Order: sequence, then structure tokens, then C-alpha cells
Amino acid sequence: MTGILRSTAAAWVPRGLILFLVAFVIFGPLANMLLWAFTEVWYFPAKLPIEWGFAFWERVFRPQGNAMESLINSVLIALTTVVIAVSVSIPAGYALGRRRVPWRGIILVAFLLPQAFPSVAVHINVARIFYSMGLAGTFFGVVLVHTMQGLVFSVWISTAAFATIDHELEEAARNLGASALRTFFTVTLPLALPGIMASGIFVFLLSLDEFTGTFFVGVPDITTLPLLLFTASMEGNYQIASITSLILLVPSVAFMLIIERFLKADVLAKIGN
Amino acid sequence: MNTTQKAAAVVFEKVSKAFGSVVAVNEVSLTVEPGTLVTLLGPSGCGKTTTLRLIAGLEMPTAGKIFIAGRDVSLLPATDRDVSMVFQSYALFPHMTVLENVSYGLRVSGMKKKQAGEKAEAVLAQVNMPGYGARLPSELSGGQQQRVAVARALVLEPQVLLFDEPLSNLDAKLRRQVRQDIRELQQNLGLTTVYVTHDQAEALAVSDSIIVMRNAEIAQKGSPRDLYEKPEDIFVADFIGDANVVKAEIVRIDGEQAIVRVGVIEIPLPHRGLTPGEVDLAIRPESVQLSNGAAGDALAGEVLKATYLGGHIEYTVATPVGELFVIDPRVHMMFSPGGTVGVSFAERGVTLVHP
Ligand SMILES: Nc1ncnc2c1ncn2[C@@H]1O[C@H](COP(=O)(O)OP(=O)(O)OP(=O)(O)O)[C@@H](O)[C@H]1O
Ligand SMILES: [Mg+2]
Repeated sequence: MTGILRSTAAAWVPRGLILFLVAFVIFGPLANMLLWAFTEVWYFPAKLPIEWGFAFWERVFRPQGNAMESLINSVLIALTTVVIAVSVSIPAGYALGRRRVPWRGIILVAFLLPQAFPSVAVHINVARIFYSMGLAGTFFGVVLVHTMQGLVFSVWISTAAFATIDHELEEAARNLGASALRTFFTVTLPLALPGIMASGIFVFLLSLDEFTGTFFVGVPDITTLPLLLFTASMEGNYQIASITSLILLVPSVAFMLIIERFLKADVLAKIGN
Repeated sequence: MNTTQKAAAVVFEKVSKAFGSVVAVNEVSLTVEPGTLVTLLGPSGCGKTTTLRLIAGLEMPTAGKIFIAGRDVSLLPATDRDVSMVFQSYALFPHMTVLENVSYGLRVSGMKKKQAGEKAEAVLAQVNMPGYGARLPSELSGGQQQRVAVARALVLEPQVLLFDEPLSNLDAKLRRQVRQDIRELQQNLGLTTVYVTHDQAEALAVSDSIIVMRNAEIAQKGSPRDLYEKPEDIFVADFIGDANVVKAEIVRIDGEQAIVRVGVIEIPLPHRGLTPGEVDLAIRPESVQLSNGAAGDALAGEVLKATYLGGHIEYTVATPVGELFVIDPRVHMMFSPGGTVGVSFAERGVTLVHP
């Protein structure tokens, strides 16, 4: 009896330890960030903030502070990037996933190529080209940089989504008299939609979090939240950095909630009409 | 719903289909009479599905002509053909409800949603699926999905209805029921139907006429009775039902008859264009007759194996012309293994076959 007890305890101790470590690694930084967001004064030997308050929140949202502007910029850039990336990935994914495209493998790898090089090197060169084209420091320039990075994932994910659709479903639609266009919009596209939406979420989060490209192409005219975060951190202003991160969470979570609502089976079933 | 006047003939004139170097259908000519059910029967890979897809317009012939209701449709795309297909996988749209699936074809042809829905409901009732309209295909059993697929094809009142192995995803018990349902529906509606299967029992049960295919070509076509009783060659004899194929000799031709010697006995059979010399003889298991002891005009046989199966007894008998597989309906008497029997042949179920 005691033997059994001891052995179960022996089994649970390492598991508990591992769980604790995992929780610490994931939630430790988050907790630290939360604490900093509501700190007025906190210096070294103290385990917890010495003074609590909302003073820095007031500073971040002050009209002359540029947090709100950065937030709006970030969201607008991310939304535009998603729209462009998805509108490119739908035809590209359809062609690559459903049709016989010569050089298919090479085309797919080509999308991946920019990711293979150090991103700073790529973006310095992109920035130079954009300067000569007058795109540097513009909203559209930043969107283009984000799209370039997002396309890799959205094209690959969409290609996979289209490729997994059973050919016979399209043939059944044609057999029932549907034109090629109608078959695409009533059968193929709705069935690929979950994958396309997943790629949309991915691109949105990627754009919201993007730093390097925005830094080289957008600064100083276009500021996004990650740039604000970077500046605050470099100045040692942890309160501002933490608050900015928390703000960054809002559009991410909102976007995911909206899409998740969309992905529900009952909603999906009605897209067919 | 009455489609009788719409039923159309399907005619193939030397139709071929090649995929690169693979010839899937080779110079096939056939006719499906209006309102009949014709089965394409053959082993895997012989070109049955391809033939069906050629009728539907999902494949285009590389040579030859296809006519539906007298019209040359060889190059008409699937969308414009008045042909409905029930796919082997059923191919129900997983994101649409049963009702949306069934009314899809009607909606595509421009019918108003309400009217299409009512018509779809009516056809669902016809295939014994009333009230299932709001479900998704994933919420149905295999047999129910199959009936929805049939309803989706029927609702368009097509000139020709196609089935690709419709029973292959159903369990054995359901198969007999569903094949009867399909046959009944087809006969009630007078639909021209082409049915693909590789199960000979299924083909014999549902068909007006059977086309046996082998290696992209037609091996033989005819009524179920013709194919069973008068197979042209060993392949067909073997494919449709069981057959013992034994070596025999045509001694002479006497008008329509050939006098055939099998071991020590001589039997008259239609000569089917064969000439004196060595030939193959196909004998159905139930056409072999066993008797007590070796009598005058019978082959001497030894029983090797005897299996009681309730409705009949199966024997394996060694004879001078080879081992024979025998089905004997006389279950009240049983020859025991090791015993000697006389072996003779019935008038029906014994045919000369081309090699
Ligand atoms: N799209 C295709 N591309 C290349 N070859 C094909 C294609 N479709 C069929 N074939 C070939 O054509 C031949 C006939 O195929 P088909 O599908 O018509 O056979 P089947 O009689 O329906 O066989 P099964 O009973 O296995 O379904 C096969 O050798 C097959 O490999
Ligand atoms: Mg097949």
C-alpha cells in the first residue's frame, strides 16, 4: 500500500516539476510584462513593484504620444496586407494546387527564397530599391514589404488547402451542369476556405508583429506598434514597452476571435449557397 | 415524375481513349437501348470507369464517336450533357446540406430556390430519405449517402443515368437491398442506365444486358442468360459464374452440331464456328451430374472432397479429363470422399468456348 503510494508520488513529482517549468517559461515573461504595465516605481532588489499606478497608461494614450497613431497604422497595414496576400494566394493556390503548372516546385520554392537570407540583408536592399522608386516611408511601401513576407505562408497554405480537395467533387458539379466558374465559387472555394482563412490569420499576426522590414522601409514616416515597442525598450522604458505589447494583443485576439467564429462548421455549411 | 419519353439511346462507334501511352478504352462499339439497364463488367483496370466517364463527358475520346439520343456529343463538355452520374465515392458536397446537394443541379439550371427545394424533397422521398434535408452528408450512414447521391442524379431527370460501382462502399447485407432498389427505380422511371461493377452476381441480378470488358476491349455482350449459358471464350466463362474448363475433341461436324468427345463419352453441342480438332469445353458446376458407380456412358470419377453447405453440396471430383468442381442440389444423399462415381453432363451449361 505504502509502496504504491510512494511510486505514484515518485511518478507525479517529475511531472509536476515539468509542468511548473513549462508554465514558468510561458507565463513568466507574460506575468512580468503585466506587472511592468502597472508599475510606477520598481528597482532592483525589490521582488515586486514598489509603487503601482496608471501614470504610464496616461502617457501612452496622451494625444501627443503616438501610441494610438501607431496602433491604427499597425492594424491598417495588417488588414491591407491580408487582403493583398489572400487575393494573390487564392488564384496562385488554385493554380498550384489543382492544375498542372510547369515548374510547380520551383515556383513554390521561389516564394520561400527571401526567407532563406538574413532578413536584415534582404530589407536593406529592399529599402534601397524602394527609395529609388519613392516607396520608402509610405504606407504602401510598408504593406508591400509585409506582403512579400506573408505571401510565402499564404501561398503555401492555400496551395495545400486547394490540393486536398477531392477532384470528384468538382466533376460532380460539372456533371450537374455547373460552369467552371460556378463550380469554383460554389464548391472549390468554399472547401478551401478554412485553409485560406488560416493563412489570413497567419499573415495578419505576422504583419502586426513585423519589425525589420518596417524599420528599414517605414522609419521615420510610418511608425507601427513594434517600432514603438522597440524604441521604448531601447530607452529602458519598460512600462511603455509593456503597455504597448498589451495593446498589440488587442487586434490579434480580436482578429482571431472573428475568424474563429467564421470557421465554425455551422457557418461554413451556409457558405455553399 | 415520368422520364420515359426522355430516355435516350447511347451509342459508341469505335471509341478509343488513351492516357499518354496507356490505352484505357480501345475501339469500343456498343449500343445501350433506351430505357434499359446495361452493365459494364470486368476485372480491375479494364476500362469500365473510363467508358462511363466518356459517356458523362468527363473524358473526351481520342478517337471515335459517341451519340446520345442520336446527337453526336463526342466533344460536348460534361456541363452541357444531359447525363447524371452517381460516383463511386458518392462525391456529395460536404459543405452543403442534403437538400442543397440534391437541389444543386436545379439551382444551377436557374430554378428558383423554393421550387428547387420542393422538387428535391419529392425526390428524397422517392429514395426513402424524407425529412433528411437539413442534415450534412457527414451526418448520414453510407447507405443513406448513397441514396442522396442517387436523388441528386435523379432530380435532373437525365436522359442517361450512370452508376460507378454504387454498392462497393456498402456492407454485404445492404448490397442486395440497394441493388434491388436501384433496379426498381430504373424500371419504374424507364431510365437508360449504365452500371459499372466487377461483381458478376450483381451484374446478373440487375441487368437487361451485360457487356464484359477485358483489357480495354469488349469481350462479349448479351443478356445475363446468354452470357452464363453461352460464354464465347474461357475468360467470359470464368468471369461469369464458376466454370470447369476441360480439354475435349471435336470428332466431326454434323450440320449445326459438333460431336464432341470428352474422355470416353461423346456429346452433341452447337459448334459455334469451331472445326474438328482439340477444343476447350466450359462446364458449369451444376451441370455435372454424379451417379452411383461407373455406368456405361459416364466418366469414371473419384470423389476427393465433399462439403455440405445446407442448400447444396460441393464436390471436387477427379476424372480422366481433370479435376471437376461440382455443385449438387441433392442434399439428402452424399457421396463420401474416396468413393467412385459416374460423371456425366447435363444438356444446359455445357459449351464449346474459343480459347
Ligand atoms: N486519368 C488517368 N491517367 C492515366 N491513366 C489512367 C487514367 N484513368 C485511368 N487510367 C488507366 O486506364 C485504365 C483503365 O482504368 P479504369 O479506371 O477505366 O478501370 P476500371 O475498369 O474502372 O477499373 P476498377 O475496377 O479498378 O475501377 C487503367 O490502366 C488506368 O490505370
Ligand atoms: Mg473503376
